[in-house]
Formats: sequence, C-alpha cells, structure tokens
Amino acid sequence: MISRDETKHIAGLARIGVSEKDIDKFSQDLSVILDWIKQLEEVNVEDVEPTAHISGVMNILREDNVKEFLNRDEIIKLFPEEKDGYDKVKSVL
Amino acid sequence: MIKELHEKLISGEITSVKLTEEYFDNIEKKDANIFAYLTLTKEMALAQAKKVDAKIAKGETVGLIEGIPGAIKDNICIKGVRTTAASKILDNYIAPYDATVIKKLKESGAVFLGKTNMDEFAMGSSTEKSAYQPTRNPMDIERVPGGSSGGSAAAVAAEEAVWALGSDTGGSIRQPASFCGVVGLKPTYGKVSRYGLLSMASSLDQIGPIAKSVEDAAIILSEISGEDASHDATSAKSSGKRYEDYLTGDIKGIKIGIVKEYMEHLNADAKEVMNEAIESFKNMGAEIKEINLPYAKYALPIYYIIMSAEVSSNLARFDGIKYGMRVFDFKNSDIDFVAENRNLLEIYLDSRRYGLGEEVKRRIMLGTYTLSSGYYDAYYLRAQKVRTLVKRDFEKAFGEVDLILTPVAPSPAFKIGEKTEDPLQMYLEDIFTVTANIAGIPAISFPGRKVGSLPFGIQLMGKWFDEESLLNAAHAFEINNN
Repeated sequence: MISRDETKHIAGLARIGVSEKDIDKFSQDLSVILDWIKQLEEVNVEDVEPTAHISGVMNILREDNVKEFLNRDEIIKLFPEEKDGYDKVKSVL
Repeated sequence: MIKELHEKLISGEITSVKLTEEYFDNIEKKDANIFAYLTLTKEMALAQAKKVDAKIAKGETVGLIEGIPGAIKDNICIKGVRTTAASKILDNYIAPYDATVIKKLKESGAVFLGKTNMDEFAMGSSTEKSAYQPTRNPMDIERVPGGSSGGSAAAVAAEEAVWALGSDTGGSIRQPASFCGVVGLKPTYGKVSRYGLLSMASSLDQIGPIAKSVEDAAIILSEISGEDASHDATSAKSSGKRYEDYLTGDIKGIKIGIVKEYMEHLNADAKEVMNEAIESFKNMGAEIKEINLPYAKYALPIYYIIMSAEVSSNLARFDGIKYGMRVFDFKNSDIDFVAENRNLLEIYLDSRRYGLGEEVKRRIMLGTYTLSSGYYDAYYLRAQKVRTLVKRDFEKAFGEVDLILTPVAPSPAFKIGEKTEDPLQMYLEDIFTVTANIAGIPAISFPGRKVGSLPFGIQLMGKWFDEESLLNAAHAFEINNN
C-alpha cells in the first residue's frame, strides 16, 4: 500500500501539483498497480543480464557539427512568455 | 486500394485534387459523429494535390503514394501544423519541424488530410483519454475505436483517409486496427525513425501504418522505413526493400506457431475465430505448430514498469517553460484556485497539474516511484532482466517457427465508458500485443471473421526485421478470406 505521504512525495518528485482528493485517488491506483506488478518477484533472474532496448546497439556516434537552425522565429513564437527574443521565466534564485 | 487509386491517377480517370476533395467531403459528412480528426490541413493537402496533378499532366512519373491522401496521428510532427498529442498542455503547440516519416512522405508526394485523435500522449487503449473528446468506432458508434491510435484507425475505417500513420508502444496501432476492422502494422523496433514522434517510451515506441489492406500497409512501410543516422541512433540500416513486391500470397511450407499459454485463456468467440484462422492457414499450406512462451505472461507487468519509467523521464519536458501551456494562460472554471505571483516551482506544479490528464499523471507517478531511490533494483532493473527472458523466449520460438499467430485483443470493441473506471482493466487490453514491443519484433493486425457484427483482429508476429514474411502471410490470409 502506498501511503498518502509517499504519494505526496512522488508527486513532488514528478513536479505534479495534486489536490487532497488527487492524493487519495493516486495512492489507491498506484497501490493496485504495484500489487499487480509484484508478480515479477516470482521470476528467478539470477545471472540474467538486463535488456535496456532490443536492438543491442551501443554508442552510436556522429560528429557534433554546428548547423544553423532556420526556423528560429517559430521556436520563439512557442515561448509561453517572450521578451526581446528571450523566453521569460520566473526568477530561479 | 493505393495501387488502384494510383492507376486511376495516372490514367487521368481522377485527379489528386478531386480525390482529396472527396475525402474532405467524407470527413465533413461523417466526422461530427466519429471525431477521428483533431486538426484538418486542407490548404496544405490541396496545394500538394495540385502539384501532383501538374506532374501527371506533364507526363512525369509519379510514385505509388504520390497524391494519395492520408491521416497522421497527432503525436507526429508536421512543420507548421498544430501537434497536440491530444493533450491540453500542447493545445497551442505548432511543430517547428517535420518528423522524419513526414519528411519522407513529403518527398514521396503524399497528401496529408489532417491530424488524428488519440489517447493523450498515446496512453490508453480506447481513445477515451483524449483531452478533447473520445473518438467513436465507425462500425458501431456506441463503441470505442480502440487506442491509442483510435483516430487513425477510425479515419481509415470510415473512409475519411486512404491510409494513416499511428504509433505503437504496447499495441496502439494493432488494437485499434482490430476494433475498426482495418490492417495495422507495428514494424521491428528501429525499422522506422522515431525522430519527430512525441516520445512516450523510447525503448518501445514505433511508428507504423494503418490501412485498408495488407498491400497498402506494405506500401506505406516502404515509404517510411530506413536509417536516420543524424536523428535516431536506434534506427536500423535500411534494406531499401519495397515490401509490396514480396506479397506473392504463397505461404506453402511456412511454419506458424500457436502459443499454448494464450489459447488456453481465450473466450469462446475468440477461440472460434482463431481456430478458423488456423484452418485457413493450414489450407494455404502452412504448417501449424504449438509453441511455448513461458515468460510471455510477464510481458504486461514488465511493460508497465519500463513504459512508465520512460514516460516519467520523457514527459518531464512538459513543464510550462519552453513551449506548451504555462499555467497563467489557462483559464478554466474547473480550477479551484488561481494563485497569484506563482514562483518557479509553482509554475511547474500547476502547469502539469492542469495541463496533463489523469492517466498521464498516473503513469508519470508510477514511473517516478519505480525509479526512485530504494526501488530501482526491485522494479526497473528486475523488469529489464525479465525482459531479457521474454526476448529469449522469442529467440527460441523463432528457431522452430517463422511466424506466431495470436488474437490482437481478448475481445472485440467494447462500449464507450465500459473500462474507464478501472485502469487495470484497460491495461489488460494490451495482453497479446505488448510482447512484440517488449521483444522488439514486428507484428501485424488484420481482420479475422467478425464476432457478431463487430470486427475481430488476428495478429501475426514475425522475426526481427522480417517484415516481408509477416506481410506476405497476412496478405495470403486476406486474399483467401475475402
């Protein structure tokens, strides 16, 4: 069972604002799902290597060449708040 | 269907503009009831269609897909077009670049009718989790079209598009194809570039076609597959194959595996459709063999750990800072308070709180939990290890057979609202499809015999990068059962 405090903690880590009602619902849902996932505990995984992704390729590299992005204005238009071509955000410190 | 339309285009029987307008007429007539589309791109579509007609008028050669109108799932970027992934947090997002699949299709001269509805960020199996409104199944509008690529499948089924692109992380192309009575292909992981697809779970996501026939799906795959060295390091070297050229319909001597563990748990209807399909494949000269996939039953819990972990990381970017919804511009009476002078943290918390839907938040939180300190080994690492065992199951199976036959989903399309209350019930929709994503193999959904009046899809899974055998067997079934 995931407690309300744990759910609040996870929501904080995930940067998701939650109401008191949300906390109850998510605690309940996460508990049910995690209980169901627990069936993996019955599998013997001793000496089994993990698979991160299936193709098995590693460290595909390319030159890090600078290329001009031609659609700069369209990116700036997407800023939620823009000032002089900069993305305006709340003060960080 | 694409080949026939292509012939009509080059013979002058129809024009691309006429064809495109016909599809927009269909959309206008039907889409108020179906809601397959979130955004229409009529101007862009007609401009492209005109170009193709001009080429044909000049006697220039045009490709198979050139001038043929299709629909694009709304988690795939088309430059200059609104791309929401059916989420409020991206309600005003205009993609500043083309996905690689879009670039390729543009170069081939395909026409894009618009962007299709889906479960928010591709998380769902019914398209009910769209932040806009649910899509309805054109075969029975009281029922869901499946998901998450429900808009794409419904558009093709309702003749609101000739073909469509979807994305498949745990079954999101194949299950809606099954529910809507069309064909859906999830290619091998790495076959199609993921650049420009809004990431859900990067080790599982693949873009693929939804179409009226296996041949059409093969044509689309030929157009969109191939290495994308500068953008997607997991994309595989291109074979340069034209998959439609491999559809001989001859499957004599191929070995098809039936999964013992799956057959035992089917309901009576599904069993009947499956047994008929098995008979049909036997009659075509295939050899049917029972196989075991002892770890396949763990694919779904593995999926929910790996997928949600990758989701929690991939969706961290939607925070109201660089693009998308920032909470102050969100005016809605649902908000129980409107904070003033929010600080930076509050901007994050509230943008995500109000911008993301419940299922998306649930999965982000599940992933955050399983990756958090003290739980990583027990959940994520263990899931990755069991994933290896599932992969080995398939390696062993493909030593004995060429293809594996299963249903796509446990049952035909369910009623709208039937499974929305219980997340686990909805997750179980993916039980037969998700293993192909875990193992990275290609899989196709094509219509079997109907259950009552409802379509019911059959799935074939194939060896890594052997899409041609998969497509040919599905094609053989299609031409022998229609």
